[in-house]
Amino acid sequence: MIKKSFIGMAKPQLLCEALESVLPEPEKISISARATFLLKMPHGQSVGKSSFSFEEGDKVITGQKLALAAKSNEYIVSSVTGKISSIKPFEGNFGQMYTAISIETAQKEEKDKGFKQTVKNVTLENINKYLLNSPGCSSLGILSDSAKPINTIIISGMDKDLLVTTNQYILKSDINAVKKGIKILKEISGVGKILVAVPPHLMDEASVLNVRVKTVGLDYPAAFPELFMKNVLGTVLPAEKSCEDAGVCFLSCESVACLGNAFEKGEIPVEKTFTFIKKDGSNVLVSAKIGTPLVDIFRELGVSLRDKDRIIIGGPMTGFAVYSEDYPVMPDTDAVMVQDSADVSYASDYPCINCGECIRICPADVPVNMLVRLLEAELYDEAAEQYDLHSCIECGLCSYVCTARIPIFQYIRLAKHELACTRSGENHSAEEKNAK
Amino acid sequence: MQNRQFIVSHAPFWHNGSKISSRSYNTVIAAIPALLLGFFHYGSPVVGVLALSISSAMIWELIMNLITRRPLTIGDGNAALTGTVFAMLLPATSPWWLVITGTFFAVVIGKQIFGGIGSNAFNPVVVAVAILMVSWKDFFDFNEALLNYDFEFIAAYPLAELKHFGTSAITSFDTVDLLMGKQTGGMGATFGLGIIIGGIYLIIRGIIRWEIPVSFLAGVFITALLFNISDPLKYANPVFHICTGYTLIGAFFLATEDSSSPVNFVPMLACGAFAGVMTVLIRNIGIYVDGVIYSILIMNLICPIIDKIRPKALGKVV
Ligand code: SF4
Ligand code: SF4
Repeated sequence: MIKKSFIGMAKPQLLCEALESVLPEPEKISISARATFLLKMPHGQSVGKSSFSFEEGDKVITGQKLALAAKSNEYIVSSVTGKISSIKPFEGNFGQMYTAISIETAQKEEKDKGFKQTVKNVTLENINKYLLNSPGCSSLGILSDSAKPINTIIISGMDKDLLVTTNQYILKSDINAVKKGIKILKEISGVGKILVAVPPHLMDEASVLNVRVKTVGLDYPAAFPELFMKNVLGTVLPAEKSCEDAGVCFLSCESVACLGNAFEKGEIPVEKTFTFIKKDGSNVLVSAKIGTPLVDIFRELGVSLRDKDRIIIGGPMTGFAVYSEDYPVMPDTDAVMVQDSADVSYASDYPCINCGECIRICPADVPVNMLVRLLEAELYDEAAEQYDLHSCIECGLCSYVCTARIPIFQYIRLAKHELACTRSGENHSAEEKNAK
Repeated sequence: MQNRQFIVSHAPFWHNGSKISSRSYNTVIAAIPALLLGFFHYGSPVVGVLALSISSAMIWELIMNLITRRPLTIGDGNAALTGTVFAMLLPATSPWWLVITGTFFAVVIGKQIFGGIGSNAFNPVVVAVAILMVSWKDFFDFNEALLNYDFEFIAAYPLAELKHFGTSAITSFDTVDLLMGKQTGGMGATFGLGIIIGGIYLIIRGIIRWEIPVSFLAGVFITALLFNISDPLKYANPVFHICTGYTLIGAFFLATEDSSSPVNFVPMLACGAFAGVMTVLIRNIGIYVDGVIYSILIMNLICPIIDKIRPKALGKVV
């Protein structure tokens, strides 16, 4: 953990990890006895057993799609061959409901041919139908959203959070797939402008991609889309507008490589590469099938966990903690981090002492010291109006430096979530509160 | 499989390790050089007043915690800090009841009734001293208070000399002597060099911000200089103003108090300079001998309004 230095006058600078030039070989995790997939449920809809097009005991093969019977665009793709052993509801962050589908893996692997047969026509529709559940690919869906026409695609070879090197690794190790992916994107998306954004030390690698390359510093949080747009493209997004609203779509290198690989090999990619951050802060790259429970990864890496340790999906600044080591690797799991109980930092119940540390570090110039007062009082609308809640890019730095150790970042996320709920009319905050 | 309990909490999962208590204790450490010289000049009463001030401030805090049924906050060191800074402003001869009343005003009236740490609009120590100055002004007349001491330097309070007798009376004060603490005044407020060293320590550690003390001193200097140019016989030179009274302790220890000072860059400069200008105006035109206490109070009052001047947030369309 990076602590404040003795000379606390200067703004702390957090640098993202640069992948060294010797390419590490990712630790390959062997197939687990069981794989679990989380299928996202539509909001506010009760889902009974009959809503599924599959049931416990069904046989599933590698690459097979599992979806709700009713009209929903969500699906998962099984990364293993086996038998469905359980179907259970699962609650994720901010009340998002999932269905956890566990599959007991069989000895012999069989592969689904469905995708191979459609490969001849590389279309956006096929991507939406088969690839959105592939590693890093969930954002590919944006390309076919007619409500938000895209005119610029930015392929990011950077990793958002500290210590994470997943995308840098893909860019270095699988540059040919990225190249093919870009070609496919050019053909099918109809988007004229495609850029690649990489950290300075990957300039050479990226130059073979035949698209414009922009470099972005390793200082956190320069790789955040909003800051990238402002600093590199020179367009400031209006607060509350997403990059897609402005016609800009960010895709990770991983998803583009995935696209390339999928159509090249005629298979839906199910191997996920991610960075594993150990208790001592060192990191290794790991490659595992989507759906592998974390506990298997811990075992193969020789990581032992004790009571009161913390398991984090994502990096140290923006990840989220999970309470069970049965949590699976997901298509968007770019990092898994474990933290020793001794390093767990706790929030306090102190009020803001107005020290101003947050003000000096916030990359979006949000008046955090005032904002937090309103958020503590749950005055979300006022917070958005007067103190720029929506300008926040969710980097977490304010919480990281807060002297009073206020969980500011959590307040901010909660406030945004509540406002979004009120706006979309589905005010289930009341239920949530009751549930607590 | 064993059932282990994992900690689930919110991002970020790192913290830079700063905390309120280390801020408080570092500020107390920064006060040590100035207090040491006070001890050297005035002897054991300094220890007595300091100990009483710190302990009574903490006890007031504890009592208020119990009355308001809030979590105990004396561990954060803020009460101890209040006690320390308050003691620095007092004459070494202060009677015990003055110290205890003072810390009552600081901790209870200045801080706790506003809602505790972070909610006080005014610097608690300054509030306390302001009330005491109005109520028992003789104790803050350093000439009278320190009458029984025998110093090897001029035993007259420089600012009082200036007020009553004009610049001719202060020619005997040498700048270096003043900086080295060879003057009378508050028991931790006279050793200018020590306060500057403490202040620089705080700035380097990132506990106070350079903008406030620097602009405060610049405000004092420039205003005093203008007065001095207009009438050198009546108004003292700017260096004298900086080295005497509560100017330096005000710049580094009083005006910088977190809750009652601004956080944005321009407002920090503006408020600091404003307080500096006010200080000299009060000293030169007003009836009070020293203007630091009142100018900081006024600064505290306007700071929430000034602090609205801030950079435009990312993507904000006005
Ligand atoms: S998380 Fe905090 S520091 Fe980061 S942009 Fe939002 S308010 Fe600013
Ligand atoms: S860092 Fe925390 S205590 Fe300091 S001003 Fe910001 S919110 Fe308040």
